[in-house]
Amino acid sequence: MSDNHDGKHQASSQLNVVDLEKRNFLIATSAVGAVGCAAAAVPFVLSMTPSERAKAAGAPVEVDVSKIAPGTMVTVEWRGKPVWIINRTDEMTAELHKSNDQLTDPESDVVSQQPSYCKNADRSLKPNLAVIVGICTHLGCSPTAKLQAKGDMGENWSGGFFCPCHGSKFDLAGRVFKGSPAPINLVVPPYQYLTENTLLIGVDTKEKV
Amino acid sequence: MTDKQAMTNKTVTNEGKSVWVKVLDDTVNWVDERFPLTSNIKAHLTEYYAPKNFNFWYFFGSLSLLVLVLQIVTGIFLTMHYKPDAELAFASVEYIMRDVPWGWLIRYMHSTGASMFFLVIYMHMFRGIIYGSYRNPRELIWLFGVGIFLCLMGEAFFGYLLPWGQMSYWGAQVIVNLFSAIPFIGPDVSEWLRGDYLVSDATLNRFFAFHVIALPFVLVGLVAAHLIALHEVGSNNPDGVEIKKLKDKKTGIPLDGIPFHPYYTVKDIVAVVVFLMVFSAIIFFAPEMGGYFLEANNFVPANPLVTPVHIAPVWYFTPYYSILRAVPPFPGIGLLGIPPSLFPGVAAMGLSVMMFALLPWLDKSPVKSIRYRGTLYKKWLAAFVVSFVVLGYLGTEPSNVWGQFGAWLGNAERATVVARIFTIIYFAFFILMPWYTKKDKTSAVPERVTG
Amino acid sequence: MKTNNIMKKVLFVLAFLPMLTFAGEGLHLDKAPIDVSNQQSLQRGARTFVNSCLNCHSANYMRYNRLLEIGLTEQQIKDNLLFAGDKVGDTMKVALNKADAKKWFGVAPPDLSVEVRARGADWVYTYLRSFYRDDTSASGWGNCVFDPLSCKVSMPHALYELQGEQTLNQETHELTLTKPGKMSVAEYDALAGDLTNFMAFMAEPAKQQRNRMGWFVLLFLGVLLVLTYKLKKAYWKDIH
Repeated sequence: MSDNHDGKHQASSQLNVVDLEKRNFLIATSAVGAVGCAAAAVPFVLSMTPSERAKAAGAPVEVDVSKIAPGTMVTVEWRGKPVWIINRTDEMTAELHKSNDQLTDPESDVVSQQPSYCKNADRSLKPNLAVIVGICTHLGCSPTAKLQAKGDMGENWSGGFFCPCHGSKFDLAGRVFKGSPAPINLVVPPYQYLTENTLLIGVDTKEKV
Repeated sequence: MTDKQAMTNKTVTNEGKSVWVKVLDDTVNWVDERFPLTSNIKAHLTEYYAPKNFNFWYFFGSLSLLVLVLQIVTGIFLTMHYKPDAELAFASVEYIMRDVPWGWLIRYMHSTGASMFFLVIYMHMFRGIIYGSYRNPRELIWLFGVGIFLCLMGEAFFGYLLPWGQMSYWGAQVIVNLFSAIPFIGPDVSEWLRGDYLVSDATLNRFFAFHVIALPFVLVGLVAAHLIALHEVGSNNPDGVEIKKLKDKKTGIPLDGIPFHPYYTVKDIVAVVVFLMVFSAIIFFAPEMGGYFLEANNFVPANPLVTPVHIAPVWYFTPYYSILRAVPPFPGIGLLGIPPSLFPGVAAMGLSVMMFALLPWLDKSPVKSIRYRGTLYKKWLAAFVVSFVVLGYLGTEPSNVWGQFGAWLGNAERATVVARIFTIIYFAFFILMPWYTKKDKTSAVPERVTG
Repeated sequence: MKTNNIMKKVLFVLAFLPMLTFAGEGLHLDKAPIDVSNQQSLQRGARTFVNSCLNCHSANYMRYNRLLEIGLTEQQIKDNLLFAGDKVGDTMKVALNKADAKKWFGVAPPDLSVEVRARGADWVYTYLRSFYRDDTSASGWGNCVFDPLSCKVSMPHALYELQGEQTLNQETHELTLTKPGKMSVAEYDALAGDLTNFMAFMAEPAKQQRNRMGWFVLLFLGVLLVLTYKLKKAYWKDIH
């Protein structure tokens, strides 16, 4: 057993000489250790993502659309949100194309508001059937359906939705009228037709079911 | 700091360093003017001088801190998904095991961590015993440590109810009922603890509060006190000599001391990795540990109407549980109207844990470390270790595990008789300590640390 | 060092402790053929479970889509295993009302999600093969695995059409097949084995993933161990 202070003196006299062994293993251990810590953190971060239960509850919803009479709509729940399915009459769809100059985004240019296959004049796969998430893009209220033209909405109203919270107005394709507090159009969810009359809301054709 | 030193420091900062190092230095200076950051790092790490002869046994202090952190982190994440409700608790644990992404891993880390915590703490306590780390001037460190141990037992007990399985339920039922054995106030105390006439939703809810808020606060506070006290008086070592007695005349640094950082940080990290390997092996390949870490009966939801055939506490409680069962009940004195009572067993169990707190005052040996003690002490220590292990084993088994003696011993259960013998040895280790440590032939303690 | 000698003695004593324990006279359980990597066996077991057990017993914590992990496709699950109206994300619930069940069987059938973890696979496997005709029992069946003392069981033998009927020899306590069922003994044992295997999978679906991951984690830590050890050596070379 000897005094360690000899060693210390030596070390201090060589202060400027870098101990490569120490440095290399320090770098290697820190690097591998950091990778380990990061890997260990992954399960904890992922544990906060939606669980299987949440995913099951938010699973795609199947809807039979054959019972929706022309000119009416049904509301189904998908991921806790109201989704409207509106069976638009031919007159209603014809009206859609007339009011483009009064709309904020008539061509549906805001990409996030609809799947690419619904970036068309009707914002839908089949012209008559509109599928729209019924949540106002202003502050999240659910607009009221005012499907029929005129009525209490005034002479110029050609059918659409009216948000009771701050008065945003949307047409029957969910497009927002100029002058509304809502900045962008209502969201069209991903959906597909399984059969002629069965709609699956929540998943594209491209995605695996 | 002298002017000369200040000047050298300044030269280095201005000339030799990159912009980023300067920014870092400035930031540290900014903080130091407002908060004692550098001085604390020095006091507790870079200029905390620990004896250079720490051995294997000295890893367990750092490791228990690691497990504490693991338990707190995994616990926080489990709390995000667990429901402290008698109707939902069992299902929410299975929800964590199946539906929560990686929930099974976090849950196993927590359940394995509980057992590993006790393993590490028992090793740490054993270290303290063999090297006399509880002796003057470290009595308070030891007492804070006993406090931590008690807190940990509380954490384990309250936490074990939360999965709301059969063992959770009946374990809590039995332990809470132990309080009923306290004379006069007992029954009221256990009813107050439960908040109901049986272990129920109310009990679960309050145990949850104790487990996730109350005790963790106390635990972390005690750990801080434990470390502050340790760093005030300095660490003991396997030779039990005080390194502060011999200091370098110029620097004032103990001759046998080395800075905790980097020497013991790099050394403890090796131990941390070995520990994590053991820990991972259990988590990934044997999380139930043959029923010792997770009991099979706890996969049956709590049922207040059916007691499992064999209830045993988790392994870390079994030595004390054995003592509880070994001590015969008070038969009562009919003439004086004193009813029979389980109190002696309960009291013995409580005492068996509290005895550790008395060690600093029971040990009368002139030396601290086992290295310089005589054979008498070593025999007693060995007897204590054997009794602790045998009692621990017997606590996991039903009391008829070894069958019965013949009629010549009144058909007494063999295991109960053995448990009684070892209970006596357990207590004798403490009670007779002043006598045998004084009588023991010790050898001369060196001036400086060895090896 | 003297401490070490003492420690060796202590360890020596500990090593021989198990010899002191007397072997318990427990019930004899047959070894269940568990292999959760055998997907064919798991799929057969899943089918038996859904067709025979799930009528009365629930598996409330098990989601149907977890069966994707044993090699079934979503369409197969829908076509063969789901009850009408169920979705693949649903858990294996049971329509049977708990109160009704209690009236009929005297006790509500327990949820089977974690049965194998509670009882052990060997127990389940032996239990499934140990029913015998007992007219003194309320259910008409006895099973000494369920209750070694009374040999009574509240659950009727749901698979008796397949296994046939066994009788218990009261003296030797052996079971003999007195009325053969649709399956041979070997076939029935294989069915019970597959079913137990599936129930073992269901009791902890993450087990395979856990075991696989374990090797990577240990390998990683092994590398880290070498590095940290070298680092320690590099620093401690100054200390004598």
